[in-house]
Amino acid sequence: MDLGELAACMGSLPCVITQVSAGLTIGLLLFLVASGLTLIFGVLGLVNFAHGTLYMLGAYFALSAYELTESFLVATLAGTLGVAVFGLLMERTLFRRIYGADVLMQLLVCYAVILIMDDVVKIVWGGDFLKMDMPETFRRPPLLIGGGIVPLFYLVLFGITLAVALLLALGMSRTRFGRTVRAAAVNPAMVASLGVNTSFVFAAVFAVGSGLAGLAGALSAPIRSVVPGAGVSILIESFIVTVIGGMGSIGGALAAALLIGLTRSFGSIGFPLFTEGLMFLMMAAILLVKPSGLAGKHLA
Amino acid sequence: MSGPVSELAVDGLDAAYGTSQVLFGVSFEVGRGETLALMGRNGAGKSTTFKAIAGVLPPRAGRVSLRGDDVAGRKPYRIARCGVAYVPEDRQVFPEHTVEENLEIAQKRGLDGGVGWSVARAFDSFPLLVPLRRRLAGRLSGGEQQMLTIARALMGNPAVLLLDEPSEGLAPLIVAEIGRLIRELRAAGTTIVLAEQNSRFCLAVATRVAVIDKGSIVWSGNVAQFQADPTVQSRYLQV
Repeated sequence: MDLGELAACMGSLPCVITQVSAGLTIGLLLFLVASGLTLIFGVLGLVNFAHGTLYMLGAYFALSAYELTESFLVATLAGTLGVAVFGLLMERTLFRRIYGADVLMQLLVCYAVILIMDDVVKIVWGGDFLKMDMPETFRRPPLLIGGGIVPLFYLVLFGITLAVALLLALGMSRTRFGRTVRAAAVNPAMVASLGVNTSFVFAAVFAVGSGLAGLAGALSAPIRSVVPGAGVSILIESFIVTVIGGMGSIGGALAAALLIGLTRSFGSIGFPLFTEGLMFLMMAAILLVKPSGLAGKHLA
Repeated sequence: MSGPVSELAVDGLDAAYGTSQVLFGVSFEVGRGETLALMGRNGAGKSTTFKAIAGVLPPRAGRVSLRGDDVAGRKPYRIARCGVAYVPEDRQVFPEHTVEENLEIAQKRGLDGGVGWSVARAFDSFPLLVPLRRRLAGRLSGGEQQMLTIARALMGNPAVLLLDEPSEGLAPLIVAEIGRLIRELRAAGTTIVLAEQNSRFCLAVATRVAVIDKGSIVWSGNVAQFQADPTVQSRYLQV
């Protein structure tokens, strides 16, 4: 523990800005993964333990696309759309059979997917740590904002993530499809009786949720190691985020993801050996006060 | 019958919840533009008949023909697209959506590609819903919810409308309003089946009556015949 260091950082604006920008980066990537997780849970009743695998695949798809094209745009699209299509195939063949099933059954199926895909990734890309090169456009000295160090790529990441969050929120509340999705989450049988193919709606929701995880993976590829098993740690953090935010709530996921991101980034100064534990402590504290999470309506 | 092919013909319909069978060979026909009152005691099989027709509870046996096309066993959304709109007894509005959003979600083309019903027309036909347009459906009274579910069903431009207990538990003013709507819809050529225990309401709006008891149709005829037959009423309808 190093509380003196933490106090010193809190007292210096440049250090606070540096840590906040790092924390927001962690938090927003987590939000992308957790929003898909919470969307799939909220609408389909599936606790998708394999969601981290989709994140990992997004990173690998982006990496390969970037090696082929040297284009950040193509890499991001490949990670997002590639994983959306992969998710769609998995949904049609596998996951749609376990909606609303016993959580143990869901865990079993998802765990099989995790293990199989980890091995597939090892066969295709090898087991070593890989890293996607920082795209040329963003390879510049970090910006100095108020004395704090903020890499340019972080700002790109903020922009993309916030735009996606906004689109998702507007899409769910303002479009007819989004309203139908929300209605189908509550009463799929009635929605079907109105002539809506709910199976199609569910597949689309799963594809969108997968695409969000793929996008997070793609955006993380230039700043984190790409490695088999990368899905597991992000999955655990995403679960913490969804539980803190309230299962099924996208707004709650955003708040919780930023909270976790900032906890990690400031925690790494004050409690360098206990950052992970700090997240769980925070989860426990919040659940003690509000068992359904920040924005949760009912216990999951 | 109004024509050679009925709008809706149910033939030998069996349905069950798990191992307990509820319908035993239910058969009836409704011609285009007719309003059939399906009457029977609580538990006689009225709601189950509707669920089997709408595909919510896939029938074990029998045919459900829409203009001669057998749709029994198809998925509910496919049956809905064949022109059937089902208004369940417990209404099932989407409680977290506004009145207007409930209507929007249900919008679809009719069989003839018709888009006769729009949100605006629904509010014209249900003036009591107009001031509630932005209210969450979960906050409406029972009568308001009933009007909303009927309006929502009409948004899909159905050829056949199944109304389960539309007058149950509602204030007389609202019941009269719903009766007026049913007559309007009939005049516009919509085929309606309504399940009811309230025979006064039924006889005021229906053209024909079928009586269901213990999962089978035991009597059918027109309204005048029904009123002239006191034994059917005492035998199958009074408690």
